[in-house]
Amino acid sequence: MPKIHFLEFGGREHLIDVPCGTSVMQAAVENNVPGIDGDCGGVCACATCHVYVDPAWLAKTGERTISEDELLNFASTAQENSRLACQIRMDDAMDGLRVRLPESQH
Amino acid sequence: MSTLVVDRVQHEAQAVPLDRIDVSDPRRFQDDTVWPYFERLRKEDPVHYCRDGMFGPYWSITKYRDIMAVDTNHKVFSSEAGGIIIVDRNVGERFPNFIAMDPPKHDEQRKTVSPIVAPANLANLEGLIRSRVCTILDGLPRQETFNWVDKVSIELTTQMLATLFDFPFEDRRLLTYWSDVATTFPQAGQPIDTWEKRDAILAECLAYFTRLWNERINRAPGSDLISMLAHSPSTRNMQPREFLGNLILLIVGGNDTTRNSITGGLWFMDQNPDQLQKLRDNAALIPGAVSEIIRYQTPLAHMRRTALEDTMVAGKRIREGDKVVMWYISGNRDDEVIDNPNSFIVDRKNPRQHLSFGFGIHRCVGNRLAEMQLRILWEEILRRGLNVQVVGEPVRVPSNFVHGYSSLPVRIAA
Repeated sequence: MPKIHFLEFGGREHLIDVPCGTSVMQAAVENNVPGIDGDCGGVCACATCHVYVDPAWLAKTGERTISEDELLNFASTAQENSRLACQIRMDDAMDGLRVRLPESQH
Repeated sequence: MSTLVVDRVQHEAQAVPLDRIDVSDPRRFQDDTVWPYFERLRKEDPVHYCRDGMFGPYWSITKYRDIMAVDTNHKVFSSEAGGIIIVDRNVGERFPNFIAMDPPKHDEQRKTVSPIVAPANLANLEGLIRSRVCTILDGLPRQETFNWVDKVSIELTTQMLATLFDFPFEDRRLLTYWSDVATTFPQAGQPIDTWEKRDAILAECLAYFTRLWNERINRAPGSDLISMLAHSPSTRNMQPREFLGNLILLIVGGNDTTRNSITGGLWFMDQNPDQLQKLRDNAALIPGAVSEIIRYQTPLAHMRRTALEDTMVAGKRIREGDKVVMWYISGNRDDEVIDNPNSFIVDRKNPRQHLSFGFGIHRCVGNRLAEMQLRILWEEILRRGLNVQVVGEPVRVPSNFVHGYSSLPVRIAA
């Protein structure tokens, strides 16, 4: 089962086993990783599962979708490597993925 | 409401022919009898066409997932073509503002004001809000009946708004007044019975704010909303109507919504003493309780869109130009998504899953500030062990848009 490293804003790290096909947002919420809200339930409608993808993993996690880009456009803390975690679905190639969480979700 | 009245309303909602149902009638919101109509629509005709509505023909979207689909499809469902409320006004009579714009202009203007509610600024505001909450609560009358709406809900939200605008503090109740006027659709027999009267009062609001704008545009950029608007390239050349439109948006958005959730919260706790006891026993439940209050109240009952092309929603063909009303207040009671939706449960699972802030690019920009104000208020009420008793029925406002209260009589024992 692939693993994700979540790094909280305060620095605490969580290493989570995630079944393939699960979104990074679901993985965080189901394993009580604090700092990801996922208010819309994972349909790319709210931007409360904002994460920074470790630059080394950007090629594997792919590009933002158009609606994801629109929402991130309004997040004051968004950076080049910002993604919505509900739009990244885990597979074996992403084993070891590292994502960092922003100060808060908005 | 007495059981008899509830039974009668239930019966009427079942008896009326489906195509005659018009959930937009403001009186049903004022007397709180709209619920069985929405319940019937969700069950029998979730995407419902009303030909002879009080505000013209319109579609009602009543279920959670259909609302989500419309709200996130801004390319087909425009906020700009017909505005965001069910009432129609001609283009020339409207006050343009960014919630009633489509991209790209919406995006630029929203980004101008959104830093005021960014995480760093919210952290700065927390201490100020707490000290104000403490002052308000400690100054409340004891052993006498007073209106919670006026002394707490309005006072707290209006103080906040004055701070965000850096508005003269002693004049802050003008903000409340303008907010109420802006959300009033003229109705016969009411103090404001024509659009002209309403617009004349709003012109006074514009004149006041224009003075503030002129002061601030000649100063270095500050951190208040007026200064932000005056100095940003995307808003500094706004015409007066557009300036007024955005002011109204910020005043209503930062005022009515939280105000009515503050009042609603107190009312729901009074009606559900077991839920209040859970909070008293465990203050860690407060953030979830705040989300539940916001869901249960749904302080804005609807948002309206206009279809830019023929499209399908849940099997119904919606035509280009049709008015489409997303009833957040109904979607928040959809049992396909929310368990036991008619119950107020402070420790429910997934309390953040509700429609009150909308979804997609127009999602409420101030949601975190609203939650923070409610959280601090309940923290301080509980910390004091304040026992606020509701001593009469709430009075609701006659609006299908602002779902709120004009009064809630309460009494604090000793």
